[in-house]
Amino acid sequence: MLPTNTHILYPEFDYHAPTTLYEVTELLAQYGDSARVMAGGTDLLVQMKMERRQPSQVISLMHVNALQGISQNGSLDIGATTSIQEIHRRLPQLYALAEACNGFSSIQIMYMATLGGNLCNASPASDSAPPLLTYDARVTLKSKTAERVLPLERFFLGPGKTAMQPDELLAQISIPAPLPHSGSAFIKISRVVADISQVCAAARLTREGNTIRDARIALGSVAPTPVRAAGAERDLIGETFSPALAEKIGKQAAQEISPISDVRATREYRQQVAAVIVRDALLRAWERAQ
Amino acid sequence: MDKKTIHLTLNGEAREWRVYPNELLLNTLREQEFLTGTKYGCGIGECGACTVHVNGAPRLACLTLALACEGADILTIEGLARDGKLDAVQEAFLGQSAFQCGFCTSDMIMMTRALLNENPQPTETQVRDYLRGNLCRCTGYASIVRAALDAAEMERQETA
Ligand SMILES: Cc1cc2nc3c(=O)[nH]c(=O)nc-3n(C[C@H](O)[C@H](O)[C@H](O)COP(=O)(O)OP(=O)(O)OC[C@H]3O[C@@H](n4cnc5c(N)ncnc54)[C@H](O)[C@@H]3O)c2cc1C
Ligand code: FES
Ligand code: FES
Repeated sequence: MLPTNTHILYPEFDYHAPTTLYEVTELLAQYGDSARVMAGGTDLLVQMKMERRQPSQVISLMHVNALQGISQNGSLDIGATTSIQEIHRRLPQLYALAEACNGFSSIQIMYMATLGGNLCNASPASDSAPPLLTYDARVTLKSKTAERVLPLERFFLGPGKTAMQPDELLAQISIPAPLPHSGSAFIKISRVVADISQVCAAARLTREGNTIRDARIALGSVAPTPVRAAGAERDLIGETFSPALAEKIGKQAAQEISPISDVRATREYRQQVAAVIVRDALLRAWERAQ
Repeated sequence: MDKKTIHLTLNGEAREWRVYPNELLLNTLREQEFLTGTKYGCGIGECGACTVHVNGAPRLACLTLALACEGADILTIEGLARDGKLDAVQEAFLGQSAFQCGFCTSDMIMMTRALLNENPQPTETQVRDYLRGNLCRCTGYASIVRAALDAAEMERQETA
């Protein structure tokens, strides 16, 4: 048989497959910056193939049961290595998050990719981040000696940059119990369905009769990190909902962001589309908040 | 970087592999097992050509480390026919001539098999949605979608 070149992962590394969280944190404490944890590997292996990352130690998280699964303890706690597919299947009532998971490029990636990996990769185009921002999600970070909880908003620092230290890992994502009469929605615009977003938006609204009691709006692919449109949120709270208000707030949210032009879309396109999808996400979220 | 030994099930048979940490499931299948039905297209998750089932779920072999398959149950296109009898999905692809060059055929069949295991009676929209990560340069997809629907119908009649 002719030799083929299907083996195109050049970097060399040692592979670890620990089964407990403690072992993971010990390995991280030992190797620090030269180690990288791997969950689904859908971002990490691509980066290693392109030689953008060359960890000398790869630590798989997929045999650590404590990082896997969804549980309800007042808040909804999602283990970091829970797959995007499982979240879509098990949490349909979290509309925005379920819609974001279902919008992932392909079914294979949905099965392989994890929620923790989607956040830790810290891409501005992470589909799960805008919905989680609208739910006021918190992340639990663990090291060998300490544990801390951060609001997701403070976790993202820039493209590929998070508040995690080299000896920490993301263990869990927690979503506070939703207020009654809340609804959410997520909308993604991409060149073709099997691609990451050109721009995406999530909204959550809580209603009291016809009045908006609480509001969150978050966008992806429009800034160095997933972002909230805080001014637009403030202008919704206490108002009576109407399609005209959704339209106005959509435009306002689009003014709050400053996207860049890249291979996927221009700055102008992103800004115009953001106004429309924020409006539509607000309309859907309101309907669902009955 | 040393080779490590892992144990797994491949197309129903127990296997022992000795692989380097940076070997992928894809190159191990093709170059160590000589199972070349699983294809190498893009190597970065974009085309679906390398789709196999790992523990019953469709995965991309180009983005899976061989070592990560310790204990796994892997099914490739070569293991789909049972006792010399083609799977209904394979029969349906033949019936519709759902291929031209054939490069995407293994992945389309493995993906359709995964879909029907999850959802035995999909609509055309559901078929297209499920196959969205699998590219075909030749057929324009129409015959592939028809074959997937035929396979569902064949299995419905078998179980009726
Ligand atoms: C073809 C293709 C299509 C894609 N489509 C989409 C899409 O539509 N939408 C989208 O949002 N993304 C998409 N992605 C990106 C990717 O699949 C997701 O970001 C995915 O959720 C990453 O999860 P993972 O488990 O595979 O992460 P990995 O690749 O395992 O890890 C990603 C990064 O996070 C770190 N990490 C992972 N888990 C942890 C943890 N628990 N603690 C600390 N660090 C951790 C790793 O060290 C690595 O740096 C796509 C990727 C590919 C290849
Ligand atoms: S070769 Fe694996 S997705 Fe293209
Ligand atoms: S038949 Fe040629 S790529 Fe599909």
